[in-house]
Amino acid sequence: MNLKSLIGLFGLTMLMPALAFAEDAPVLSSGDTAWMLVATVLVLFMTIPGLSMFYSGMVRSKNALSTFVQIFAITALSTIVWVVIGYSIAFGGEGAYWGGLDKMFLNGVTVDSLSGTIPETVFMVFQMTFAIITPALIVGAFAERMKFSAMIVFTVIWLIVVYAPITHWVWGDGGWLHGKGILDFAGGTVVHINAGVAGLMVAIMLGKRKGYGKTAMPPHNLTYTIIGASMLWVGWFGFNAGSELAADNVAGMAMAVTQIAAAAAALTWMFTEWMIHGKPSGLGIASGAIAGLIAITPAAGAVGPMGALALGGISGILCYFSVAQLKKMFGYDDPLDAFGLHGVGGIVGALLTGVFAATSLGGAGFGEGIDSMGGQVMVQAMGVGATIIYTSVMTLIILFAIKIAIGLRVSEEIEVEGLDTGEHDERAYIL
Amino acid sequence: MKLVTAIIKPFKLDDVREALSEVGVAGITVTEVKGFGRQKGHTELYRGAEYVVDFLPKIKLEAAVSEGQVDDVIEAITKAANTGKIGDGKIFVSSIEQTIRIRTGETGPDAL
Repeated sequence: MNLKSLIGLFGLTMLMPALAFAEDAPVLSSGDTAWMLVATVLVLFMTIPGLSMFYSGMVRSKNALSTFVQIFAITALSTIVWVVIGYSIAFGGEGAYWGGLDKMFLNGVTVDSLSGTIPETVFMVFQMTFAIITPALIVGAFAERMKFSAMIVFTVIWLIVVYAPITHWVWGDGGWLHGKGILDFAGGTVVHINAGVAGLMVAIMLGKRKGYGKTAMPPHNLTYTIIGASMLWVGWFGFNAGSELAADNVAGMAMAVTQIAAAAAALTWMFTEWMIHGKPSGLGIASGAIAGLIAITPAAGAVGPMGALALGGISGILCYFSVAQLKKMFGYDDPLDAFGLHGVGGIVGALLTGVFAATSLGGAGFGEGIDSMGGQVMVQAMGVGATIIYTSVMTLIILFAIKIAIGLRVSEEIEVEGLDTGEHDERAYIL
Repeated sequence: MKLVTAIIKPFKLDDVREALSEVGVAGITVTEVKGFGRQKGHTELYRGAEYVVDFLPKIKLEAAVSEGQVDDVIEAITKAANTGKIGDGKIFVSSIEQTIRIRTGETGPDAL
């Protein structure tokens, strides 16, 4: 051993305590914090006003306001549920199936608490915006016919019983799907499959709108819908790049693949419709972009640009067929396609994440402890399956209970009159 | 006196108005209407859901003219509103029993 290496060894030993210290006590990064503050606001912006406009434009004018009111109310409700108990169930502890009740009422979340390199308050609010948009997505399935009171009860119970536990499974410390190495970067299972499948259950339980299939129910203002879709697209960068919880190289790649997948899906949907129907439509291209954004959500931190191109392109085509054909085939009335887009797009994205995460396909590699594409796809499928089963069973139970207690659907009279005046005594448009 | 009523395609309104001015029509009344003829309706498609729209938007134009003007007016409208495609519309001519100008109380052709 020569002098040089001796000095090197000595230097290393001197450094060791400092390294160990750095690992034990994470330090706040102002760069990460600044980005996460912005990302959080972007995700909230997706729901209000983005999703509200996207959805409201697609309903009939007599229900235009009620759609806004529903989503606005869900935003406020979910916020309170999250701070009272949701955050604790999702991130309060290290159980396999839930996080426990230690952080109820934000117990222990102080101005000094850190989560990684950002304040825990920022992490808590960032996650809250996900808890807000998920039940808001379900509005697409119950639009134009659900009782406002039933919607409030449903949202509160569903967040506690369905959303918060699944969030823990996938993202919480000790969560069982997390432990299996599932790749769900920004919420393919937690947000989209979850909301989409719950939406399908809601659509089935509520039944078809009066006159569905017999009378025309065209969207009342597609400019709203396209403005809303545009806001969703912009906000989605907070959703996906923000899910890295840091301002780093992975967040940068998440941003790039998000844009690529959205564009690819917008175009494949547009061209598919153009070929089949003969004209490209505004609702089509906007829906396509959303289908791509949904599909890239679980994959954002795992796939490369060309993976995103393929994934988005495939999602645009499959989601087109799911809303144009699948719905007709099975005959359920999911007015704004909560399932057709979020359910189907979420499943496509979650499964294909297992494929395009492969380093040979330009991805960032498989989850911890997984060494093959088959293995990763299996874990992804397990996550998809578990989410579908748990969400559908629990959602049905909740809906049955509410149906018996207070009823789910407005009276036929109110449905015909419209929810704006029927449920809120006001109108969207006095022109 | 005759009342000429024409149902035309909305985008032809300006051309028809100009043509009528040229043949000396002093005033017209225009209404936005909906209806169907041989053109039938058209279909709209939203995310795969197809709706048949039975009634198409049209313009109903009414002009009260003297007997001598009728042929010129019909020719003017026919020329200006013609596209050669289905859905160009119709012209109906009917008799007017009385015409009164509200401001002066004039009656008959003087009131036109």
